[in-house]
Amino acid sequence: MDGEELTEQETALYDRQIRVWGADAQRRLSKSHILVYGMKGAVAEFCKNIVLAGVGSLTLVDDRLVTEEAFSANFLIPTNENVYSGKTIAEVCCNSLKEFNPMVRVSVEKGDLSSFGGEFYDKFDVVVVSCCSVAKKNLINEKCRKLSKRVAFYTVDCRDSCGEIFVDLQNHKYSKQKLEETVECQLQYPSFEEAISVPWKVLPRKTSKLYFAMRVIEQFEEAEGRGVGEISIADLPGVLKLKKEICEANSLNASRIPDTLLERLIMGAREFPPVCAIIGGILGQEVIKALSGKGDPLKNFFFFDVMDGKGIVEDLSNTETGSRVAVSRGLTLE
Amino acid sequence: MASEGHLSPIKGAKVLMVGAGGIGCELLKTLALSGFQDIHIIDMDTIEVSNLNRQFLFRQSHVGQSKAKVARDAVLNFRPGMSITPHHANVKDPEFNVDFFKQFNVVLNGLDNLDARRHVNRLCLAADVPLVESGTTGFLGQVTVHIKGKTECYECQPKPAPKTYPVCTITSTPSKFVHCIVWAKDLLFAKLFGDKNQENDLNVRSSDATNSSEQAKDVFERRKDEDIGQYGRRIYDHVFVALTDAFSSVSAMASLGLKNPQDKWSLLESTRVFLEALKQFFLKREKEIGNLSFDKDDQLAVEFVTAAANIRAASFGIPLHSLFEAKGIAGNIVHAVATTNAIIAGLIVIEAIKVLQKDTDNYRCGSYLFRMTYCLEHVSRKMLLMPVEPYEPNKSCYVCSETPLLLEINTHRSKLRDFVEKIVKAKLGMNFPLIMHGSNLLYEVGDDLDEDMVANYAANLEKVLSELPSPVNSGTRLTVEDLQQELVCSINIKHRMLLNFHSFWGWGVFIPLQICSDEFDEEKEPDGMVLTGWTQAPAVVGNGGSTSNARQAEAEKDTEVDEISEPSGKKRKLSEVDIPNAADGTGNHKEVKELDDDDDDEIW
Repeated sequence: MDGEELTEQETALYDRQIRVWGADAQRRLSKSHILVYGMKGAVAEFCKNIVLAGVGSLTLVDDRLVTEEAFSANFLIPTNENVYSGKTIAEVCCNSLKEFNPMVRVSVEKGDLSSFGGEFYDKFDVVVVSCCSVAKKNLINEKCRKLSKRVAFYTVDCRDSCGEIFVDLQNHKYSKQKLEETVECQLQYPSFEEAISVPWKVLPRKTSKLYFAMRVIEQFEEAEGRGVGEISIADLPGVLKLKKEICEANSLNASRIPDTLLERLIMGAREFPPVCAIIGGILGQEVIKALSGKGDPLKNFFFFDVMDGKGIVEDLSNTETGSRVAVSRGLTLE
Repeated sequence: MASEGHLSPIKGAKVLMVGAGGIGCELLKTLALSGFQDIHIIDMDTIEVSNLNRQFLFRQSHVGQSKAKVARDAVLNFRPGMSITPHHANVKDPEFNVDFFKQFNVVLNGLDNLDARRHVNRLCLAADVPLVESGTTGFLGQVTVHIKGKTECYECQPKPAPKTYPVCTITSTPSKFVHCIVWAKDLLFAKLFGDKNQENDLNVRSSDATNSSEQAKDVFERRKDEDIGQYGRRIYDHVFVALTDAFSSVSAMASLGLKNPQDKWSLLESTRVFLEALKQFFLKREKEIGNLSFDKDDQLAVEFVTAAANIRAASFGIPLHSLFEAKGIAGNIVHAVATTNAIIAGLIVIEAIKVLQKDTDNYRCGSYLFRMTYCLEHVSRKMLLMPVEPYEPNKSCYVCSETPLLLEINTHRSKLRDFVEKIVKAKLGMNFPLIMHGSNLLYEVGDDLDEDMVANYAANLEKVLSELPSPVNSGTRLTVEDLQQELVCSINIKHRMLLNFHSFWGWGVFIPLQICSDEFDEEKEPDGMVLTGWTQAPAVVGNGGSTSNARQAEAEKDTEVDEISEPSGKKRKLSEVDIPNAADGTGNHKEVKELDDDDDDEIW
């Protein structure tokens, strides 16, 4: 394959997962570089998963100082003040992650992600951002898209007992097993901006209500100049008013976004650890699929809500393959 | 759900976790983050290198230590102040009795074998403690909730039994690589290095007529002062040369220099490994010979079995396999990744919190309060995580209802020992059985029995059923009880010699097929007994539809793997979910009922 064989140490350590995705996928993983921004619970889970999986390197960006709120759903931060005092969240998490797998390089990068240029993003194969405003998501997504090399872009957000993942793999080629034979496939992804600009009225009838609810809250925070999650129950009237306006503008029946759901989302500033485990698990799996080029990756949103227990995949694209063929899983190239 | 108001039932709850492996590590972490304060963990295993890719609480320096204890210390490191009590022990140990289970509000399973799962299920039923059960393999996983009298118990649907192969397929007519592995592992390896007194079907047809005069037993014995190289070649000749002529070019002393476990060895290389491994057993591990049983973590044993299976495969025109692949088949290794375990652990905690928050007495089937959830590899009906309505208890389940079982058995031939070993222990999963015929005790196990009783029971074991002090004949009803599990079940006996049915692994299916011999069909019913009683649909003829691959096949009881227990085809209406079999990539169709969306506000 790529020439280099796995070492004896790697074969022993990764035995059980090589049985899942094969030795060549393991080799590709070990040469990949991941950037994460915003070390909240779901991202901490994701980091654990890919460090265990054996990626080449992981770079963490989060300059916030550790507070009590930060470790509520993040097991990478010990509650011992002597350990975290004076350190940034990224620094503390980095120290914990290094221990999970000595073969993975984990490091910290300081600064504002929006100000980093193309040469910075060019070092990575995967960029995962969390707790970002819509504007910031769009900005980073575009920076990734402008590079000559393809960088997979993900956003992840957990609010209360709900979680959302967005995926942009641009033009993704991969192979999958179909019965006995290996089939080559290709998928075309829209950017985050393109995806959320798809008019609501053309979206499929059964589109997850969580998708709409997340957009309403995102827009509220943006309009009010709030940081992500800087929202409380006191904002409910304002959020409901905005929902009404957006629904009218989009010709969407306002009952498609239950008030109770919005209420839950703005009340639960703290993440719910089991949801972080689930979202971080799904995201880890998706990144491994994307890096190894094996298996159908999800396109292009994933939602989980404890209330109905469903982990839903939505294909929300404004391309021709968009809404109507939301379930089609890729084109065969042969 | 995440708000403070819901934390009190969590803080006050006492939780038992069974298993601190792949799911267990994730589960303990998520429980700790979610606010649980009082957790007991039972795990008998110690840490191995191949655990470290997913059991993230463990480090290289912990290899060889107790999983339960290291997991506790690791979690206390980031969340001090919790109470975590580790038990480095087997959950089947007598100390974990019904009283022990009663102290917990909920039991969470992260187990790797059917045997222990059944055992915990029974103790939870006896102690009336809700059980959240789980399993993963590769990207697949599932979580189910079992509440006595409200939802089905873990055993309401029979689980696919480990696949076994007809003896003649293994000894004479292998057609798949797994047959060669079974031959190499269970026959040859056991014959050479295991207990000599164990029955063994190894019977290699030899082309050399003079061999027949030799006593077969002696062939495998190393003669006094016999050179180890010579002995190796003699064994090789005996088991392989009848089948292949490749031997002449082999040097037993050749240094091997084979490194990559992913490589497929040539016949010559396999031959070298075979001889070298055999030599090393005798020269370096002689003391163990006679007591060895195959262990997938024993490198030399894996090399020996891989080499022998490949030589045999070559002889029968079966494709060769690498050591890595052969180890997976022989060790019954199930794929395991961290992500699936993390997802499943998250789902377990969600169900556990619901169990603790809600008064389970108010539970109605159909209210969807509790769910079983499948974690899928491929999107099915837009879902990767698919919740399913929980099922009501199976009224004919011998574990959670008191429905008697029916055993067809030759009462003039089968001994009580056969009944105890093959039915009570192997099929009913009891550890400390007590068998009664009316008020007469036929057999029991315990530490406090007096000598007379022990002698009496020992004598009974060797008697055929119809000649017991209290004879067991057609129409007899036996009561079988397990004192630890507090499980009692009745078995109606039916004497049967003439068998004109086909059966698979003894459960459930009773299809008249043909009038055949006047004996049990040994190939299909090797135990000569048929136990029936559950009235589930015979939808899983074969091997439950899910055990057709070699890894799940021929399963050992306590392999250290995360095994998934899949739902079988009880008549469950509605459409099919495609749960592909991760191991061999073939679709495995299941009938399950998807949970309907419970929000009524979806109006256009």
